[in-house]
Amino acid sequence: MTPVLQAQNIVKRYGSVEALRGASFEVGRGEVVALIGDNGAGKSTLVKCLSGAEIPTSGTILLEGEPVTLDSPVAARRLGIETVYQDLAVAPHLDPAANLFLGREIFRKGLLGKLGVLDKAEMRRRATEEFARFGVTLQNVDVPIGSLSGGQRQSVAVARSVAWASKVVFMDEPTAALGVVQREKVLDVIRRVRDEGMAVVLISHNMPEVLSVSDRVEVLRLGKRVARFNAADASLEDLVGAMTGALVQEDAA
Amino acid sequence: MTTDAVPTTEQRSLRTRLLSANTFWIALVLLALVVVFGALAPDTFLTFLNFQNLFVETSVLLVVAVGMTFVIITGGIDLSVGSVLIFASMISAKTMQWISPGQQISQADWGVIAVGLAVALAGGAVWGLINGLLVARANIPPLIVTLGTLGAALGAASLLNDGTDIRPAPSALSDILGFGTLEGNIPNMVVVAAVITVLFGLVLHTTRFGRYTYAIGSNAEATRRAGIGAARHLTNVYLLSGVLAGAAGFMSMAYFQGTTISGNVTLNLSAIAGVVLGGTSLFGGVGTIVGTVIGVFIPAVLQKGFNIINVQQYWQQIAVGAVLVAAVWFDQQRRRRSKN
Repeated sequence: MTPVLQAQNIVKRYGSVEALRGASFEVGRGEVVALIGDNGAGKSTLVKCLSGAEIPTSGTILLEGEPVTLDSPVAARRLGIETVYQDLAVAPHLDPAANLFLGREIFRKGLLGKLGVLDKAEMRRRATEEFARFGVTLQNVDVPIGSLSGGQRQSVAVARSVAWASKVVFMDEPTAALGVVQREKVLDVIRRVRDEGMAVVLISHNMPEVLSVSDRVEVLRLGKRVARFNAADASLEDLVGAMTGALVQEDAA
Repeated sequence: MTTDAVPTTEQRSLRTRLLSANTFWIALVLLALVVVFGALAPDTFLTFLNFQNLFVETSVLLVVAVGMTFVIITGGIDLSVGSVLIFASMISAKTMQWISPGQQISQADWGVIAVGLAVALAGGAVWGLINGLLVARANIPPLIVTLGTLGAALGAASLLNDGTDIRPAPSALSDILGFGTLEGNIPNMVVVAAVITVLFGLVLHTTRFGRYTYAIGSNAEATRRAGIGAARHLTNVYLLSGVLAGAAGFMSMAYFQGTTISGNVTLNLSAIAGVVLGGTSLFGGVGTIVGTVIGVFIPAVLQKGFNIINVQQYWQQIAVGAVLVAAVWFDQQRRRRSKN
């Protein structure tokens, strides 16, 4: 089976600093792959390269087997690749529906639509559907997001990205700022996204979380992939060992 | 596992939404003021003439405040509106004077007046565009940018006619726009201001332009990440404020029968006060045009009321200042609460 998204030998230099030294990575349909590594291992840089925020110095990115150039987040988005950012990338004063459709507004039909008038009812209706699809529960669709709990806010942010993604969703520490119950809710959303056949890439520092939600784990160290695990077979010690360099798989790079 | 009692999403009732909107409470304050002054001086305050004057005198400020509402919702500020208004009326009057028969501006016909209107709007647009580009592209804080253009526009306006006013305005313009009325004695100034207010109220609350205005004020970074041309939109918002100041300059010229180089300088502060009193947050992301209308009328009603009950009108300035600070304080408290 061809992976949905595959990165081969990605190198990224910032001046004389080599953030990625030939990193490889792959993720397939309907799986959650956790990308882990110590601080400075190159996780964020790799995700930026794969989501269009940075352009790699060299290396190949294949989307469904075809080489692609991701020179901007908009280009990546057009190919069905979305990113959920670590800091809540939502507008807290807008309601959930407005956030879901931010930048992709639906207009009224006819002359009013040509004048830029929004179809708020339709957006609200479709937002309700999307939230239901990912199991996000909100009491109200017309309150500002800022008045929701942190977990609900992050669930909306996740739903917002995955609603538009058709192939790959990157999630950079989506649960970093959340409490236990709220974290569990967001993880539920992630599982549902996977069950819809999307490829999910999860970046996280929380190893128990990584083992509970992901299907596979890929480990970066010093800008290279050093190990790959099936989450079901891996233990916490394996992951930590690979991250710190105590455990090296010869065939991983 | 879920702690939410209701799994479905629904809209809140009209009543809850009304009570949670600060526009509602500000409207009550305005109503209370009208009731108090009406009770103290029923024969003079509650007259058609009094309200007619009140509306006419507020219409120029209202047009400026509508543009200011957009700017403040983006989290910005436009201090230059008063000077831009003066510049627009000055360059418009100068142009009309120049192309009028015999350079007699009072004799200007409607063709000349139409050119004058276009020049006033363009004059406002130029300053708005300068503000917008400096704020959105050069990333200079709006307070500094518009403080700079406040001085520059006033200086440019003074240079146009060696620091003196151009008087009168074309008599056709003063007669129709300045003092003319529709049937039922509704002043044309008020009609123009009302049309502009309703139009841009609809733009703010129903269109994508309005939604992006809120989005930038709420979280500019998220707006950019959503693939929206945030810098372009922000430039357009300042441009809009400039154009509306230009329109207000044209109205002011019609009403005062000439330019007002020494007046209107503190109009920026009156507009900001009105917008903020109306519940628009200086921190961005929140605000309504209805609120601005109410907020602009609170100082106006206070002033008229104090005049009528023979309280020195200077008390109005003190009262508005106090209410303004209180309004911002409440806004901050609310924000702090919603963060926790």
